[in-house]
Amino acid sequence: MSIFIQTLMRDLKMALRNPSSFLNPLLFFIIAISLFPLAISPEAHTLSNIAPGVIWVTCMLAVLLSLNALFHTDYDNGVLEQMVVSHHPLPLLLLAKTTAHWLLTGLPIVLLSPLLGAVLFLDGESIGVLMLTLLLATPSLSLIGTIGASLIVGVKNSGMLLSLLVLPLYTPILIFASSAVSQAQFNLSISAQMYFLTSIFLLSLMGSPFISALALKTSLE
Amino acid sequence: MSKLIINELSCQRGYNTLFSELSLSLVAGDILRVSGANGSGKTSLLKILAGLNSAESGNVSFQEHLVGSNEYQENIFYFGHLPALSPELSCQENLQYLSNLQCSHSQYQAIDALAAIGLKGYENEYAANLSAGQKRRVVLAALFISNAPIWLLDEPFTALDSDGIAALEVQISKHSANGGICILTTHQDCNLTNMRTLSL
Repeated sequence: MSIFIQTLMRDLKMALRNPSSFLNPLLFFIIAISLFPLAISPEAHTLSNIAPGVIWVTCMLAVLLSLNALFHTDYDNGVLEQMVVSHHPLPLLLLAKTTAHWLLTGLPIVLLSPLLGAVLFLDGESIGVLMLTLLLATPSLSLIGTIGASLIVGVKNSGMLLSLLVLPLYTPILIFASSAVSQAQFNLSISAQMYFLTSIFLLSLMGSPFISALALKTSLE
Repeated sequence: MSKLIINELSCQRGYNTLFSELSLSLVAGDILRVSGANGSGKTSLLKILAGLNSAESGNVSFQEHLVGSNEYQENIFYFGHLPALSPELSCQENLQYLSNLQCSHSQYQAIDALAAIGLKGYENEYAANLSAGQKRRVVLAALFISNAPIWLLDEPFTALDSDGIAALEVQISKHSANGGICILTTHQDCNLTNMRTLSL
């Protein structure tokens, strides 16, 4: 079995044995979105107008919330050190960890989004587009987040720093993804946004593992 | 000829130079004990040899492969201060993953290695429930599986009882007899023949 699969399975197993580690950001996602109708207006027209932005901003914050834990325990108990010493390519090991992070954070958000879209009165077609943008862009959030998390590994109380590092890189995704959903509500073409989201995903898939590996080696010294 | 060559290595931490122009070569079967006061750079030296830290100047190579290259890292087993165990995983799962990270292939099974280090019956115990000494033993069990020729052990005897220390000493002697190289730091006396000492 390749080291990629082994690292992925290890991370999933650890998360399932300690479910609060990945359930907290998901609960935040659900709770934050379901509070908007209470605070703003229960009216369908208002809610469906703000729905794309609300869901996307909350999704980004939920992912940001989960990033702190990405390397934290492995750094504390020394497994990260062993990963660097290992003869296996570090970018591959980190890509496995990122994949596990997406499976535990991004994928559940994609699966929950139709329900939350319906709560905010999104129509069926827009919900489809919302799921598509989430499916295409949450992997980018995990990949870019891994770079941030590997830069601040070992820094105490680094929550704020992580947001400052990662949020500017997240904003293009936020802009294209939420505008795609808004456009879909008016039956306009969304291909431009989809091209941008795809290219951001491919770019971060190619770059993130290598940049994170370099950042991690520097942080561990 | 497998030879670990340390060439004019210098290490600086903050404003302190820990050691400079350190040159040394180790051949198959050598055991080197690095000794020195606290803060003299023992751990830093081992971390440089493991490829975790970079040296101020100088280089390290094994069979003409420089530290950091995959060919070099394949030959390294590094055991640092941290136990490298995840509390959510059982002993066997931890050991299996650790040895997959470090060794290219193993002839020894995780379950046998745990029995050999005196942790029979603990295979499915979560690492969170182990004592400090037992945690060290799990990592040391990885030595039984490892086929890396160079062992870098940072304070391997810490928290071990006298049986554990004896078992580890036997394992290190065996490794050296099989043509391995072992570099360790310790403040305790140890019974190892053909051991050289490097004072920092």
